[in-house]
Amino acid sequence: MKTTPAAPGAGTDAPLAGLEPLIDVHAHFLHAGTGRSDWDAPNAARFRAGERIGISVHVASTLGSWGHTSPTYFPSPADVSAGNDAMLELQGREGERVRIYAAVNPNDTAHALEEVERCVARGAVGVKLAASRRADDPLLDPICEAAAARGLPILHHIWQHRRRDWPGQEASDGVELGRLAARHPRVAFILAHIGGGGDYTHSYAAVADLPNVYLDLSGSGVDRGMLDGALDAVSPSRLLWGCDITIETGLAKLRALEVIGLTASAMSDVRWRNAMKIFPKGSFPAVERSAAGVAR
Amino acid sequence: MRGGESRSRDAAASAAVGPVDVNALIGPYPFRYVPHPDPEVLVRVLEREGLRGAWVGHLPSAFYRDPAAGNAALFTALAPHRAVLHPAACVRPDWPRWERALREVVEQGSVAIRAYPPQWGMGAQDRSLQALASACGEIGSILLLTVRFEDGRQRSGIDVAGDLDAATIRAVVRSAPTTRVVVTAAGRELIEQVHWGLTPDERARLWWDISWIWGPPEDHLAHLFRTIGSERFVYGTHWPMRLTQTPRANLDLLPDDLRTAPLADAGEIVGR
Repeated sequence: MKTTPAAPGAGTDAPLAGLEPLIDVHAHFLHAGTGRSDWDAPNAARFRAGERIGISVHVASTLGSWGHTSPTYFPSPADVSAGNDAMLELQGREGERVRIYAAVNPNDTAHALEEVERCVARGAVGVKLAASRRADDPLLDPICEAAAARGLPILHHIWQHRRRDWPGQEASDGVELGRLAARHPRVAFILAHIGGGGDYTHSYAAVADLPNVYLDLSGSGVDRGMLDGALDAVSPSRLLWGCDITIETGLAKLRALEVIGLTASAMSDVRWRNAMKIFPKGSFPAVERSAAGVAR
Repeated sequence: MRGGESRSRDAAASAAVGPVDVNALIGPYPFRYVPHPDPEVLVRVLEREGLRGAWVGHLPSAFYRDPAAGNAALFTALAPHRAVLHPAACVRPDWPRWERALREVVEQGSVAIRAYPPQWGMGAQDRSLQALASACGEIGSILLLTVRFEDGRQRSGIDVAGDLDAATIRAVVRSAPTTRVVVTAAGRELIEQVHWGLTPDERARLWWDISWIWGPPEDHLAHLFRTIGSERFVYGTHWPMRLTQTPRANLDLLPDDLRTAPLADAGEIVGR
């Protein structure tokens, strides 16, 4: 007997994760300047999977040329701008279902600040910092001040419990991000992808007492105990749902949260309400309309 | 849990029509806390997920020098749940009297034989590993290999075994021409390096679980279904290390043209 496991609700067109708003705070798209001849296929697949799950908004960034003309985690100013331009174009084309972070390299401080200003003026709703400079380096301070002045959250790439330097990136861990967050209490920091590699329990301990640090659930890691630990460390009020580059693990985590027994209100916090609190007002019009409908 | 409740849950799970999970384990993991890795919990998880059974290994045995005590613990722990939890015992082929151990666990009903080459320091040319593969074929048992237990980026500093490599899998399959092999926790790159490095006859004796294959946006699972064929894949969760929900989510997110692509059935592999 061959087996094809049926999905719950199979045969219907209802979103797999239900009709309630769902914001993916950690998405990425490719563009023509990334050197991949099939760059459009993953973008289409993200939208396909997003529609199937019921993702209301993909909050996304691109890291320069993704290594094609400068390194992914050390993008040149030209590649930073080109990547942001591609994302701005995508946001303009896709309407309310895509919002973008202005991705910057803090080593080129003046350019980074110009990019934040330029991209926000065209609709960016947050700042993306990856791994060009350690999170607690003073070079990041002016970028954080710019984010604070505009009410923007900062999504920061994290290697959970970084015990050494890894090739290709100057990654930071929760302790290092925590130092930055303590210096900038007005900024909401999103600690990226607890499932994205490394020891997430180290991150939980590092940021549990920092109220302006939120954990994003994305990443390919789906360890049992990961979600329970995150809930214990920061409560549902500081968790944000996301996928990064494995959308199936995002869906699995949503289903696991339901099994854990989160209340409906806590699930709403994780799915969309926490994001609504930390991104600028007006960032997600479709979600705001939906939420207003729920309130009525 | 009272015995009656346990039997009731077992009956409910065995009545399910869903697939069999070929990649489940019980017992603690030496390098991090794993929540309640117990057979009673696994039975409830199978019922919740609509799975009709599981091939179950003993997680600590991968790290024991002599797995005999682990096999004994496995058979004892699964005894109340044998309708749905099928033991997959461990045999270490560089240990004295391993041939007898193989016969004994098969006689006790082991549905497959688990082996852990990286944890035992065995590479592609290891004669004892090839001897185990051949013996599994002769005795009619399935050889089950595990590529990894954890993401390489999060391993303990003293967990230095590394991942099972493609060369070792190819060598095992080539060395034992009648042996059926199931490999768990592999990703796209390794699967392709093995599959396309085997003859059609060799490929036909090899299956992969889907517990560690990426879905969208890179769509590795969809790519493998299109190029290798969905019938070369079996359902696996990697419980209790990973969320049981992941493989189902992956199948749910396949492109429309692959949504009904059939996986191989674990029972059919056993019965071949």
